[in-house]
Amino acid sequence: MQPLASFLCGLIFGAGLIISGMTQPAKVLGFLDIFGRWDPTLAFVMAGALVLSSVGYWLARHQRRPVIAAQHLWPNKTDIDRPLVVGSVLFGLGWGLAGLCPGPALVNLASLLPRVFVFVAAMMAGMSVLDLWKRRVSSAIAIENAALANSDG
Amino acid sequence: MSAFDPISALIGGGLIGLASALLMLFNGRIAGISGILGGALMMSAGDKLWRLSFIVGLIAAPIIAGLLGHPLPEPQMSTNWLLIAVAGLLVGLGARHGGGCTSGHGVCGIARLSARSIVATAIFMVTAIAVVAITRHGFGG
Repeated sequence: MQPLASFLCGLIFGAGLIISGMTQPAKVLGFLDIFGRWDPTLAFVMAGALVLSSVGYWLARHQRRPVIAAQHLWPNKTDIDRPLVVGSVLFGLGWGLAGLCPGPALVNLASLLPRVFVFVAAMMAGMSVLDLWKRRVSSAIAIENAALANSDG
Repeated sequence: MSAFDPISALIGGGLIGLASALLMLFNGRIAGISGILGGALMMSAGDKLWRLSFIVGLIAAPIIAGLLGHPLPEPQMSTNWLLIAVAGLLVGLGARHGGGCTSGHGVCGIARLSARSIVATAIFMVTAIAVVAITRHGFGG
Protein backbone atom coordinates (compact mmCIF):
# COMPACT_ATOMS: atom_id res chain seq x y z
CA MET A 1 0.00 0.00 0.00
CA GLN A 2 2.75 2.47 0.90
CA PRO A 3 4.45 2.28 -2.52
CA LEU A 4 1.08 2.79 -4.27
CA ALA A 5 0.27 5.83 -2.13
CA SER A 6 3.68 7.36 -2.71
CA PHE A 7 3.44 6.66 -6.46
CA LEU A 8 0.13 8.57 -6.54
CA CYS A 9 1.65 11.41 -4.48
CA GLY A 10 4.55 11.60 -6.95
CA LEU A 11 2.06 11.68 -9.80
CA ILE A 12 0.05 14.53 -8.23
CA PHE A 13 3.27 16.39 -7.33
CA GLY A 14 4.52 16.05 -10.92
CA ALA A 15 1.16 17.19 -12.34
CA GLY A 16 1.39 20.26 -10.09
CA LEU A 17 4.87 21.10 -11.36
CA ILE A 18 3.71 20.76 -14.99
CA ILE A 19 0.45 22.74 -14.62
CA SER A 20 2.18 25.53 -12.70
CA GLY A 21 4.89 25.90 -15.38
CA MET A 22 7.66 25.13 -12.89
CA THR A 23 9.19 22.46 -15.14
CA GLN A 24 10.26 25.31 -17.43
CA PRO A 25 13.63 26.72 -16.34
CA ALA A 26 12.78 29.94 -18.20
CA LYS A 27 9.88 30.61 -15.79
CA VAL A 28 11.98 29.85 -12.71
CA LEU A 29 14.80 32.11 -13.95
CA GLY A 30 12.14 34.73 -14.77
CA PHE A 31 11.11 34.71 -11.10
CA LEU A 32 14.73 34.95 -9.93
CA ASP A 33 15.39 37.82 -12.36
CA ILE A 34 14.12 40.64 -10.15
CA PHE A 35 16.15 43.21 -12.10
CA GLY A 36 14.65 42.19 -15.45
CA ARG A 37 11.11 41.35 -16.57
CA TRP A 38 10.03 39.73 -13.32
CA ASP A 39 7.73 36.70 -13.58
CA PRO A 40 5.81 36.23 -10.29
CA THR A 41 4.65 32.66 -11.12
CA LEU A 42 6.84 30.90 -8.55
CA ALA A 43 5.44 33.03 -5.71
CA PHE A 44 1.89 32.00 -6.64
CA VAL A 45 2.95 28.34 -6.88
CA MET A 46 4.49 28.49 -3.40
CA ALA A 47 1.42 30.25 -2.00
CA GLY A 48 -0.90 27.59 -3.43
CA ALA A 49 1.37 24.80 -2.18
CA LEU A 50 1.72 26.27 1.31
CA VAL A 51 -2.04 26.61 1.86
CA LEU A 52 -2.72 22.92 1.18
CA SER A 53 0.44 21.55 2.82
CA SER A 54 -0.17 23.62 5.98
CA VAL A 55 -3.74 22.34 6.28
CA GLY A 56 -2.54 18.78 5.59
CA TYR A 57 0.20 18.99 8.20
CA TRP A 58 -2.22 20.47 10.73
CA LEU A 59 -4.49 17.47 10.15
CA ALA A 60 -1.50 15.10 10.39
CA ARG A 61 -0.57 16.58 13.80
CA HIS A 62 -4.05 15.53 14.97
CA GLN A 63 -3.75 12.02 13.55
CA ARG A 64 -2.75 9.28 15.99
CA ARG A 65 -0.74 7.71 13.18
CA PRO A 66 -0.65 7.92 9.38
CA VAL A 67 -3.31 5.95 7.50
CA ILE A 68 -0.92 3.26 6.25
CA ALA A 69 2.29 3.76 8.24
CA ALA A 70 3.37 3.21 11.85
CA GLN A 71 4.34 6.81 12.62
CA HIS A 72 4.84 10.30 11.26
CA LEU A 73 8.51 10.93 10.53
CA TRP A 74 8.76 14.68 11.20
CA PRO A 75 12.23 16.18 10.79
CA ASN A 76 13.68 16.77 14.27
CA LYS A 77 16.58 19.17 13.63
CA THR A 78 16.03 22.69 14.92
CA ASP A 79 19.44 24.42 14.99
CA ILE A 80 20.61 26.68 12.19
CA ASP A 81 24.02 25.12 11.62
CA ARG A 82 26.86 25.50 9.15
CA PRO A 83 25.80 22.69 6.78
CA LEU A 84 22.35 24.29 6.43
CA VAL A 85 23.87 27.63 5.42
CA VAL A 86 26.68 26.28 3.21
CA GLY A 87 24.40 23.73 1.55
CA SER A 88 21.73 26.31 0.82
CA VAL A 89 24.29 28.66 -0.76
CA LEU A 90 25.59 25.83 -3.01
CA PHE A 91 22.04 24.85 -3.90
CA GLY A 92 21.16 28.46 -4.75
CA LEU A 93 24.24 28.75 -7.00
CA GLY A 94 23.23 25.68 -9.03
CA TRP A 95 19.54 26.61 -9.08
CA GLY A 96 20.32 30.12 -10.31
CA LEU A 97 22.67 28.81 -13.02
CA ALA A 98 20.29 26.26 -14.52
CA GLY A 99 16.79 27.22 -13.33
CA LEU A 100 16.25 23.59 -12.36
CA CYS A 101 15.80 22.02 -8.94
CA PRO A 102 15.40 18.29 -8.19
CA GLY A 103 11.62 17.89 -8.74
CA PRO A 104 11.38 19.64 -12.13
CA ALA A 105 14.65 17.98 -13.23
CA LEU A 106 13.17 14.51 -12.63
CA VAL A 107 9.86 15.42 -14.35
CA ASN A 108 11.81 16.76 -17.35
CA LEU A 109 13.50 13.37 -17.85
CA ALA A 110 10.37 12.52 -19.84
CA SER A 111 11.44 15.12 -22.44
CA LEU A 112 14.33 12.71 -23.24
CA LEU A 113 16.61 15.73 -23.78
CA PRO A 114 20.27 14.76 -23.25
CA ARG A 115 20.87 18.01 -21.36
CA VAL A 116 18.29 17.02 -18.73
CA PHE A 117 20.02 13.65 -18.32
CA VAL A 118 23.37 15.37 -17.83
CA PHE A 119 21.85 17.64 -15.16
CA VAL A 120 20.17 14.74 -13.33
CA ALA A 121 23.29 12.54 -13.52
CA ALA A 122 25.44 15.37 -12.10
CA MET A 123 22.83 16.04 -9.40
CA MET A 124 22.73 12.37 -8.34
CA ALA A 125 26.53 12.27 -8.35
CA GLY A 126 26.59 15.34 -6.09
CA MET A 127 24.10 13.75 -3.69
CA SER A 128 26.03 10.46 -3.56
CA VAL A 129 29.41 12.13 -3.08
CA LEU A 130 28.07 14.21 -0.23
CA ASP A 131 26.41 11.27 1.51
CA LEU A 132 29.59 9.17 1.21
CA TRP A 133 31.67 12.06 2.57
CA LYS A 134 29.26 12.59 5.48
CA ARG A 135 29.41 8.90 6.30
CA ARG A 136 33.23 8.94 6.25
CA VAL A 137 33.31 11.99 8.52
CA SER A 138 30.82 10.47 10.96
CA SER A 139 32.67 7.14 11.08
CA ALA A 140 35.98 9.01 11.59
CA ILE A 141 34.40 10.88 14.52
CA ALA A 142 33.12 7.58 15.90
CA ILE A 143 36.64 6.07 15.70
CA GLU A 144 38.13 9.17 17.34
CA ASN A 145 35.53 9.07 20.11
CA ALA A 146 36.18 5.36 20.62
CA ALA A 147 39.92 6.08 20.82
CA LEU A 148 39.34 8.85 23.36
CA ALA A 149 37.09 6.59 25.39
CA ASN A 150 39.75 3.88 25.32
CA SER A 151 42.52 6.25 26.36
CA ASP A 152 40.65 7.06 29.55
CA GLY A 153 40.87 3.45 30.60
CA MET B 1 8.11 30.79 -22.45
CA SER B 2 4.40 31.01 -21.62
CA ALA B 3 2.96 34.21 -20.17
CA PHE B 4 2.27 34.64 -16.45
CA ASP B 5 -0.94 32.83 -15.52
CA PRO B 6 -1.78 33.18 -11.81
CA ILE B 7 -4.67 30.69 -11.92
CA SER B 8 -2.65 27.76 -13.27
CA ALA B 9 0.19 28.73 -10.91
CA LEU B 10 -2.17 28.53 -7.92
CA ILE B 11 -3.80 25.28 -9.10
CA GLY B 12 -0.43 23.67 -9.85
CA GLY B 13 0.94 24.87 -6.52
CA GLY B 14 -2.18 23.53 -4.81
CA LEU B 15 -1.52 20.08 -6.29
CA ILE B 16 2.08 20.20 -5.01
CA GLY B 17 0.75 21.08 -1.54
CA LEU B 18 -1.92 18.36 -1.78
CA ALA B 19 0.69 15.72 -2.70
CA SER B 20 2.87 16.84 0.25
CA ALA B 21 -0.12 16.69 2.61
CA LEU B 22 -1.21 13.24 1.41
CA LEU B 23 2.30 11.78 1.71
CA MET B 24 2.36 12.81 5.39
CA LEU B 25 -1.26 11.80 6.11
CA PHE B 26 -0.88 8.36 4.48
CA ASN B 27 2.82 7.44 4.64
CA GLY B 28 4.03 9.76 7.41
CA ARG B 29 6.76 11.17 5.18
CA ILE B 30 7.99 14.63 4.15
CA ALA B 31 7.73 15.28 0.39
CA GLY B 32 11.24 16.63 -0.10
CA ILE B 33 12.42 15.54 -3.53
CA SER B 34 16.14 15.72 -2.75
CA GLY B 35 15.58 13.76 0.48
CA ILE B 36 13.52 11.11 -1.31
CA LEU B 37 16.02 10.78 -4.17
CA GLY B 38 19.10 10.98 -1.94
CA GLY B 39 17.70 8.28 0.33
CA ALA B 40 16.97 6.07 -2.67
CA LEU B 41 20.58 6.47 -3.81
CA MET B 42 22.13 5.59 -0.45
CA MET B 43 23.39 2.06 -0.29
CA SER B 44 22.09 1.41 3.21
CA ALA B 45 18.67 3.08 3.13
CA GLY B 46 16.28 0.24 3.86
CA ASP B 47 13.10 1.97 2.72
CA LYS B 48 13.83 2.31 -0.98
CA LEU B 49 10.50 1.08 -2.36
CA TRP B 50 8.28 4.03 -1.42
CA ARG B 51 11.04 6.42 -2.52
CA LEU B 52 11.41 4.81 -5.93
CA SER B 53 7.61 4.69 -6.30
CA PHE B 54 7.37 8.43 -5.66
CA ILE B 55 10.09 9.11 -8.24
CA VAL B 56 8.38 6.84 -10.79
CA GLY B 57 5.17 8.83 -10.16
CA LEU B 58 7.01 12.12 -10.79
CA ILE B 59 8.43 10.84 -14.09
CA ALA B 60 5.12 9.22 -15.10
CA ALA B 61 3.22 12.52 -14.69
CA PRO B 62 4.45 14.13 -17.94
CA ILE B 63 4.07 10.83 -19.82
CA ILE B 64 0.42 10.49 -18.75
CA ALA B 65 -0.19 14.20 -19.46
CA GLY B 66 1.23 13.65 -22.94
CA LEU B 67 -1.07 10.68 -23.55
CA LEU B 68 -3.99 12.90 -22.49
CA GLY B 69 -2.99 15.44 -25.13
CA HIS B 70 -1.00 17.84 -22.95
CA PRO B 71 2.64 17.32 -23.95
CA LEU B 72 5.33 18.60 -21.61
CA PRO B 73 6.71 21.93 -22.86
CA GLU B 74 10.32 21.38 -23.86
CA PRO B 75 12.57 22.82 -21.12
CA GLN B 76 14.66 25.71 -22.45
CA MET B 77 18.11 25.02 -21.08
CA SER B 78 21.54 26.52 -21.53
CA THR B 79 23.53 25.14 -24.46
CA ASN B 80 26.65 25.09 -22.29
CA TRP B 81 27.13 21.46 -21.21
CA LEU B 82 29.75 22.29 -18.60
CA LEU B 83 27.44 24.84 -17.00
CA ILE B 84 24.62 22.28 -16.90
CA ALA B 85 26.86 19.67 -15.28
CA VAL B 86 28.27 22.13 -12.72
CA ALA B 87 24.77 23.38 -11.90
CA GLY B 88 23.50 19.82 -11.42
CA LEU B 89 26.43 18.95 -9.18
CA LEU B 90 25.90 22.07 -7.04
CA VAL B 91 22.16 21.37 -6.73
CA GLY B 92 22.85 17.78 -5.64
CA LEU B 93 25.63 18.65 -3.18
CA GLY B 94 23.82 21.67 -1.78
CA ALA B 95 20.45 20.01 -1.32
CA ARG B 96 21.96 17.06 0.60
CA HIS B 97 24.34 19.19 2.68
CA GLY B 98 21.65 21.74 3.50
CA GLY B 99 19.07 19.06 4.28
CA GLY B 100 16.59 19.93 1.56
CA CYS B 101 15.62 21.79 -1.58
CA THR B 102 12.75 23.90 -2.88
CA SER B 103 10.22 21.21 -1.92
CA GLY B 104 11.62 19.93 1.39
CA HIS B 105 12.54 23.37 2.80
CA GLY B 106 10.54 25.73 0.56
CA VAL B 107 7.18 23.98 0.80
CA CYS B 108 7.16 21.26 3.50
CA GLY B 109 9.48 23.05 5.92
CA ILE B 110 7.79 26.44 5.71
CA ALA B 111 4.39 24.70 6.08
CA ARG B 112 5.71 23.25 9.38
CA LEU B 113 6.97 26.76 10.31
CA SER B 114 10.49 25.33 10.69
CA ALA B 115 13.02 28.11 11.34
CA ARG B 116 15.72 26.03 9.62
CA SER B 117 13.65 25.77 6.46
CA ILE B 118 12.70 29.45 6.45
CA VAL B 119 16.40 30.37 6.74
CA ALA B 120 17.43 27.81 4.08
CA THR B 121 14.77 29.05 1.65
CA ALA B 122 15.81 32.68 2.18
CA ILE B 123 19.47 31.78 1.59
CA PHE B 124 18.99 29.80 -1.60
CA MET B 125 16.53 32.34 -3.02
CA VAL B 126 18.86 35.28 -2.39
CA THR B 127 21.83 33.31 -3.75
CA ALA B 128 19.97 32.29 -6.91
CA ILE B 129 18.69 35.86 -7.41
CA ALA B 130 22.30 37.08 -7.15
CA VAL B 131 23.46 34.47 -9.68
CA VAL B 132 20.80 35.54 -12.18
CA ALA B 133 21.59 39.22 -11.59
CA ILE B 134 25.24 38.54 -12.42
CA THR B 135 24.66 36.18 -15.38
CA ARG B 136 21.92 38.29 -16.98
CA HIS B 137 22.82 41.82 -16.01
CA GLY B 138 26.51 41.57 -15.17
CA PHE B 139 26.21 43.18 -11.71
CA GLY B 140 29.47 43.05 -9.90
CA GLY B 141 31.05 41.24 -12.82
